[in-house]
Amino acid sequence: MSHHIIQVNNLKYKYPDGREALNGVTFRITHGESIGIVGANGAGKSTLLMHLVGVLFPDEGEISVGDVPVTKKTLPVIRQRVGMVFQEPDDQLFMTTVYDDVAFGPRNYKLPEEEVEKRVKSSLDTVGILHLKDRPPYKLSGGEKRAAAIATVLAMNPDILVMDEPTSALDPKSRRRLIMLLQSFTHTKIIATHDMDMVFELCERTIILQDGKVITDGPTAKILSNVELMEECGLELPLGLQGCPVCGTK
Amino acid sequence: MPNLVESLYNIRILDELAEKRTIIHNIHPLMKVLTTGVYLMVTVSFGKYELSGLLPLIFYPVVLITLADIPIVPIFKRVLLVLPLIIGIGLFNPLFDKNPMIVLPWIQISGGWISFFSILIKGFLTILAALILIATTGMTRIASALRIMRIPRLFIMQLLLTYRYISVLIEEVGRVVRAYSLRSPGEKGIRFSNWGSLTGQLLIRTLERAQRVYHSMCCRGFAGEYNVGREKGMGIGDIVYFVGWSLYFVIIRYFNIPAMIGSLMMGVGK
Amino acid sequence: MHMADALLSPGVGGTMWAATAGVAAYSIKKVQNDIDEQKIPLMGVMGAFVFAAQMINFTIPATGSSGHLGGGMLLAILLGPYAGFLTMASILVIQALFFADGGLLALGSNIFNLGFYTCFIAYPLIYKRIIRKGYSTGRIFTGTLLASIIGLQLGAFSVVLQTLFSGKTELPFGTFVMLMQPIHLAIGVVEGLVTAAVVGFIWKARPEIIEKAAAGEALGGISIKKVLAGLAIVAVITGGIFSWFASAYPDGLEWSMLNTSGKEELEAPDGIHQTLSSIQEKIAFLPDYSFKNQEQKVSADAPETEEAWPAVNVGTSVSGLVGGVMTLLLAAITGFSIYVIKKREKASAV
Repeated sequence: MSHHIIQVNNLKYKYPDGREALNGVTFRITHGESIGIVGANGAGKSTLLMHLVGVLFPDEGEISVGDVPVTKKTLPVIRQRVGMVFQEPDDQLFMTTVYDDVAFGPRNYKLPEEEVEKRVKSSLDTVGILHLKDRPPYKLSGGEKRAAAIATVLAMNPDILVMDEPTSALDPKSRRRLIMLLQSFTHTKIIATHDMDMVFELCERTIILQDGKVITDGPTAKILSNVELMEECGLELPLGLQGCPVCGTK
Repeated sequence: MPNLVESLYNIRILDELAEKRTIIHNIHPLMKVLTTGVYLMVTVSFGKYELSGLLPLIFYPVVLITLADIPIVPIFKRVLLVLPLIIGIGLFNPLFDKNPMIVLPWIQISGGWISFFSILIKGFLTILAALILIATTGMTRIASALRIMRIPRLFIMQLLLTYRYISVLIEEVGRVVRAYSLRSPGEKGIRFSNWGSLTGQLLIRTLERAQRVYHSMCCRGFAGEYNVGREKGMGIGDIVYFVGWSLYFVIIRYFNIPAMIGSLMMGVGK
Repeated sequence: MHMADALLSPGVGGTMWAATAGVAAYSIKKVQNDIDEQKIPLMGVMGAFVFAAQMINFTIPATGSSGHLGGGMLLAILLGPYAGFLTMASILVIQALFFADGGLLALGSNIFNLGFYTCFIAYPLIYKRIIRKGYSTGRIFTGTLLASIIGLQLGAFSVVLQTLFSGKTELPFGTFVMLMQPIHLAIGVVEGLVTAAVVGFIWKARPEIIEKAAAGEALGGISIKKVLAGLAIVAVITGGIFSWFASAYPDGLEWSMLNTSGKEELEAPDGIHQTLSSIQEKIAFLPDYSFKNQEQKVSADAPETEEAWPAVNVGTSVSGLVGGVMTLLLAAITGFSIYVIKKREKASAV
């Protein structure tokens, strides 16, 4: 299962305006891991994710997925293995019906239409919105949009799921449903988020980014409960670990 | 603002109508597009004084609206919103053309009025036909009809993207305009000094959004090729629909049926 | 102004469709040659932006009225003429379908009037020419403003011509021009100012966007430019001569325009009417019925009619009226019965 390993070595990236977004990021993720990437606004989380799917290319350092380095030439392979769920579902749902949107990826890989249909139906079924397949995206609720965006990625049969802020702008119930859904996936998961409680529940490992560098990388339970470390990085303990505001106990 | 809300509502109501499943909705989109085309051509091909011959054309919208369960009020509202433009131009006809055309014992009607009403009816029928097409077919299926008609993919993709993002961007524009008007009471629109910055920032955000959309397309293997799903095959019913209506339109173009009926009734034959 | 179906003749509508299809096909080829696949989502999302931004009210200083963004020139400046034209086309397709703004038959005319003149005449000949000396706030402002105004003036003049050639209105050429051009001058100035303000802002905030768009599009060869320049000159000259005529000899021009448009109108259905009357002969009890075509039949040596009916006839008028009312009644009954049958079906299905 070596092709599920992600190796990132000394990644550096500068924006066109000269601002440094990533300043030597290194880590290794193995098969089936679930990683939370946390950090304050502007820490470089989204930029890092963009590198994992080859939307951006590093100025220095390299990334490989499995044994394949991420370069312009290997993009078709990389993108089949790594599925990315964008922060804003409206950016990802660009077709006029949910069905066509989910079918977009498989059709680009020139799968026969029967296979496309099978994949669309099974991914929509997985995220629980098969009944919405003929709807236009603007008619979906926030939670349904998020589910549809995830389905568009699942239909590509990726080994690795990369997600940018999957729980942002979701109501508590939709958030809960999404967490359960993600828990049921066996894919390798890389989740960039500010939702510490979700990381606490979903990810056994956490990477904290600050100013484009990895500050810590280790077991979630240890990192997220470290009050000083969290504050230093502009973060907060998960609510579940904070004192109870009513009775004042943990 | 009301404009923004109203147009969003208008798009959504037509989209919702297009989701119905009636006999008319189930007809192949290509046949509906072609039938609409023939209908429009026949309608505007009537000469400016041919008023009564036009009237049988009204059967088409009447039959379609009832068969397709299209609610009359929103559709007619839209027609009434557009019609004044046509009336504006048409109203000059009675001013410039005063030859008596119809002479009844109690009244004389000038050619200008006849041609005015002819424009009015044509306007009404053509607007209705376009709205009926979209309300019974929907944008996605019209796109697949265009695909069959060999319109290049690039244009169709672009058309669908525009259509898709209209609702997103109208909402975004609405939010910005609302935020602006909340802080500038008593203004009807955007002040001159803010023309560039308000629209410009929206535009830059739009360009960034386009970039993100492009990225999300790339992540799913987009390489400039755009693939639409296949429309189900055409049945005999679809072809009969097209041929039947076209035949009807051509017949009423060649024979003035109302005049025939009228003369039968009145006995003014030879 | 959007051209409406009802004001067009099939000939003019068809010609404009053909012209637009030609320009569009050429533009698609050009855009595809760029192989910049990034442009496709950009065009789509920009189209939606222009659509939405057209609904923003901009209050005009010291007048109390408000104006809107046009879009054509903005698209040309940001996307280049080819992609700009295609994007404008898709905006107009959606407007025609969902808003009945201009009809489907008039779509060709509308795309041409609002897209062609801005993207292929005003943009290369005015905006680009002014910008050629290098970018500056002043040049961007004047270039955008002038190009917007002239693009719209040409479009409005084109609307006048298409309407008159269609021959549905009695509006004399001179009056129509005098009506359309000044109104569109006012609209054009506001559109131009808004567009100039937006482009100016973008240039200050993100200059690379404006420069990239203008540089990316290498106008395929000078020959096209020359053709377009020729077209523009011809249009301006004819426009000028016509408007001079219009003000100098209003009656004469009205007369000639009416005459030409009238002829086209009446000649086209002539063949149809001959067939019609030959059929009418066979079905003897049918009256030789039609309004004005009567006069013509006299001149168009129609031997099949034994007696030339007078153009104005009480009998035909009344029978036309009665027949019309009957037709409408029948239509209403048809609609109502379908409605009732459907309702009953639904009731029995439940």
